[in-house]
Amino acid sequence: MDTMRDRFAPVVSRLLDEDPRVAVVLAEIGKDAFHEAVARHPERVVNVGIREQLLVGAAAGMALTGLRPVVHTFASFLVERPFEQVKLDFGHQGTGAVLVSAAASFDWPAGGFTHMAPGDVALLDTLDGWTVHVPGHPDEAENLLRHAVAAGDDRVYVRLSVQSNRRALPVDGERFVTVREGRAGVVIAVGPLLDAVLDATEGMDVTVLYATTVRPFDVAGLRRAAGAAGTDVVVVEPYLAGTSTAAVNDALSDLPHRVLGLGVGRRELRRYGTVEEHTAAHGLDARSLRERIGGFLGARAGV
Amino acid sequence: MTITADDHRTHGYTDLPRLMSLMSGDEKHGPAATSTLDVLWVLYDRVLRVTPERTQDPGRDRFLLSKGHGPMAYYAVLAAKGFLPVDWLPGFGGYDSPLGHHPDRLLVPGAEIGSGSLGHGLPIGAGTALGLRAQGLTDPAVWVLIGDAELDEGSNHEAIAFAGPAGLDRLHTVVVDNSSASHARPGGIAARFEAAGWSAATVDGRDHTALYEAFTAPHPGRPHVVVARVEPKNA
Repeated sequence: MDTMRDRFAPVVSRLLDEDPRVAVVLAEIGKDAFHEAVARHPERVVNVGIREQLLVGAAAGMALTGLRPVVHTFASFLVERPFEQVKLDFGHQGTGAVLVSAAASFDWPAGGFTHMAPGDVALLDTLDGWTVHVPGHPDEAENLLRHAVAAGDDRVYVRLSVQSNRRALPVDGERFVTVREGRAGVVIAVGPLLDAVLDATEGMDVTVLYATTVRPFDVAGLRRAAGAAGTDVVVVEPYLAGTSTAAVNDALSDLPHRVLGLGVGRRELRRYGTVEEHTAAHGLDARSLRERIGGFLGARAGV
Repeated sequence: MTITADDHRTHGYTDLPRLMSLMSGDEKHGPAATSTLDVLWVLYDRVLRVTPERTQDPGRDRFLLSKGHGPMAYYAVLAAKGFLPVDWLPGFGGYDSPLGHHPDRLLVPGAEIGSGSLGHGLPIGAGTALGLRAQGLTDPAVWVLIGDAELDEGSNHEAIAFAGPAGLDRLHTVVVDNSSASHARPGGIAARFEAAGWSAATVDGRDHTALYEAFTAPHPGRPHVVVARVEPKNA
């Protein structure tokens, strides 16, 4: 199967053809895939070289002239390295762009920690007004990229990953999708972790919500699910553990509730290897998830 | 907020100290507070094709104050040219005032960017030039004012190194050099820009004729920098 990132350049190249507002800004990474688009739109596909502060600042300048920039590189160099540019050049200047990252939390484990960005979504959580899409399948990525580019001048982050679920679901760029319904707890599976969550909760009496748009957080969707399944909530996220715990707390602030936040650990593993090995090391494989979710929800969930 | 008829009265260069005194309470201002004053005045008076009525015109020239520190001279010039009411000036820095110690583009009419954190203006300016070019708007000029010590920030050098080879000939930078960088070599400012393919001129930052000539010098195919030298900050 192709990856989300394989879809990125073709989709955005079509958007460049369709919409004269769309521009692409790159910092070397990913430029080969835009070879044809550069030939067709030399002024709207810009590679600034290995310069990430300029990558974000220039995108903001383009946005100030009315364009809709799509900005792409690895997550660590898109959100973490130029974070102050992300904060000021978009937020403080009152403009927006679509930031599309690759490499996620550990898509390239052999590349080591310098190319891992488990904290990207948590960092964006310190800022106002960011929409965050975390697709779990290449088809969803395509859908959410189009949604992001079409979102006016909004600030939108799209987190692409080589990790993927087996099949795509119809996601709308706003709400969670109810995948399974139960009565003894709610498990929110984010993006590419849905398959692992479904395997982990097989036979449990839980509601499984599938989240591909995590900011803004679908408060109404969670409250609706909790109305039937109760207010024990587990969030399983492919980035830093606990990133959405506060969002769940805020959504249920008027109700007694419990929250368990599962995701990528803070501690640096200092290991290379494979995605599967890192998934297991962070306790995000189906077997570990079943143990941790079952332990939290207890006997009522039918563990 | 309403701009009254009186605020549209155009002020001259000699009115600027009085306008600044409305913010500072002092009649006299030291070199640090006025290091950008002559550069700003010549730009707004004779070079920039932008007026209070054209602040949303896609074809306007853009002036980006990157060095947001010490913006009294900037506010005074904007007030003198009718972008903002003179009666806003006394509130400078107050909770209800749109005029902070660093400008906010969402609050200050005519301000193209908010600034204060150094090193943001030139990358944004490069992107503005790219964005205008991509839309076929090849006429508007983009100007970015930075300070000599602001060049310490590496983000500037990302933009300088890119803009020359990219041929961003509608991008202009004016570096107000009051020798405030702790670590600098004489002549180093223009040399850095020139090494990246920019056209460069170094002039007396108090000499209006020299500034005007440097600002309007042709520079086909290349971005242009004017280094405006003024009295050393710590002299």
